[in-house]
Amino acid sequence: MSEEHAVVSLRNVDKQFGEGGVVALDSIDLEVEPRDFVSLIGPSGCGKSTLLRIVGDLIQPTSGEVVVNGKPARQARLDHDYGIVFQDAVLYDWRTVGRNIELPLEMLGWDRKRRQERMREMVELVELSGFERNHPWQLSGGMQQRVSIARALSFSPPLLLMDEPFGALDEMTRERLNDELLRIWAGTGSTIVFVTHSIAEAVFLSTRVVVMSPRPGRIQGIVDVDLPQPRTQATREQTRYAELIREVRRLLRLGGGLDVEDEGVEEQLIVAEERL
Amino acid sequence: MRSALQRVGLTALVLVVLYALWEGFKWFGEASAFRLGTFEVNDRTLPHVHDIIGQLFEPSRRNGPLLIEVLWDATLFTAKEAAVGFLMGAVFGFAIGVVLAHSRLLQRGFMPYIVASQTVPILAIAPMVVIWLGGRGLPDWFSVAVIAAYLTFFPVTINTLRGLHAVDRRALDLMRSYAGGAWPILWKLRVPASMPYLFSALKVSATASVVGAIIGELPASIQSGLGGAILNFNQYYATSPASLWATNLIAALLGIAFFLAVVGAEKLVVRRAPENVA
Repeated sequence: MSEEHAVVSLRNVDKQFGEGGVVALDSIDLEVEPRDFVSLIGPSGCGKSTLLRIVGDLIQPTSGEVVVNGKPARQARLDHDYGIVFQDAVLYDWRTVGRNIELPLEMLGWDRKRRQERMREMVELVELSGFERNHPWQLSGGMQQRVSIARALSFSPPLLLMDEPFGALDEMTRERLNDELLRIWAGTGSTIVFVTHSIAEAVFLSTRVVVMSPRPGRIQGIVDVDLPQPRTQATREQTRYAELIREVRRLLRLGGGLDVEDEGVEEQLIVAEERL
Repeated sequence: MRSALQRVGLTALVLVVLYALWEGFKWFGEASAFRLGTFEVNDRTLPHVHDIIGQLFEPSRRNGPLLIEVLWDATLFTAKEAAVGFLMGAVFGFAIGVVLAHSRLLQRGFMPYIVASQTVPILAIAPMVVIWLGGRGLPDWFSVAVIAAYLTFFPVTINTLRGLHAVDRRALDLMRSYAGGAWPILWKLRVPASMPYLFSALKVSATASVVGAIIGELPASIQSGLGGAILNFNQYYATSPASLWATNLIAALLGIAFFLAVVGAEKLVVRRAPENVA
């Protein structure tokens, strides 16, 4: 595939949960270019996780066109064009750290030797050398999430989808993993779509921040983050950083997203749809 | 090391308490002429623990081998029936669970009959199994194994079904993101995730298979197993009650051995957070 086309291209994507049910997403248009780091931010219920799942072909849009890596989302999924990281690490308890990272490679039919070589590279990349033989429950939450990132990147997918990956972690771990993610992103040249609740995190990490508004989920505005790369601790001190945070906050407020707090609505909707 | 010592100590303590309860009840019953209907505590209804254990080292009949030698052979025989039955039942039960987990229609259609199969008393089924399989030239002990399997498979099927469905939604999404079809999802995710459920069922089934083997020996007229021994010593209860009690004790130990074997296998197979162990 050439590098010219957008990695993710959404046209007029709608999502309604059930006949006459809640409209989760309303005419979403979005282009994600190669090497973009795009954050989706918005209050609970704005459909940002739903949108990420649609890109990953884990749920189907009601209408609209979803093109990933130049092909329909389904084909992209079948071609292993993306890796995904969830809020919880979702590691398999019965596998060691190393074998968790090897899981997607097994699915791709790699032989054992090649799998283990790649696994060791990945373990090094996320700085977990020496933990290959441990089981997930022996690791801290932050370390588990690093395993999950290593697993998602193990087969070098052009696109990385991340659904609030650091949302369950404490602030210090979160900042450290933010730095680490940027380092990995710079090193692997992949494109990242990142769902988050945190304005500061979105601005710090992204090249673009997509601000969404709830019910129905719409794109309220897109903020180009023109902070210099690489982002460091000094980035957080810059006035431009503060300005961009204010701008994202302004858009969120405009969309009615700053004073709304209904934790878990989206999660319930997804569960409700799976029952249908 | 310390915890192993503690465990041994605890086991010893429990045995001492059980011994004290038994002997205490016996002493109280005899001293107070305690009666429950026609039940009266005496050496015939409730022999001393040391008499029961001592009986094991008495000849089983005049000039015959020691009781414990007779029971040892019977235990090996019944253990073979139970083990073969347990394996057949576990494999069969697991296979049914996997098939039913993949089709709600099959599940709805077959589940009532699977449940019904367990409401029929084993004593009613056993003679038929013996006649059917015996007529096909299979050894009698194999018929007994089939009866043991009949008691084994049901918990396995039910828990396999539950375990296969108890998979985290995101773990499924993860497999789908790797373009995983039904087969890899089954073997790489659902089956390993269902192992704790499977092993809870196997623990129940392990003891049930021993019961099934003992009961199955009765209609099969098998003399060489524990079932035969129980039937035999039942007839001599009036003169030698401790023999039957001793046989029951051995049968219980066989059930416990089966249970512990499953616990051991679980420790080898199931790798997960200590607090998640079922």
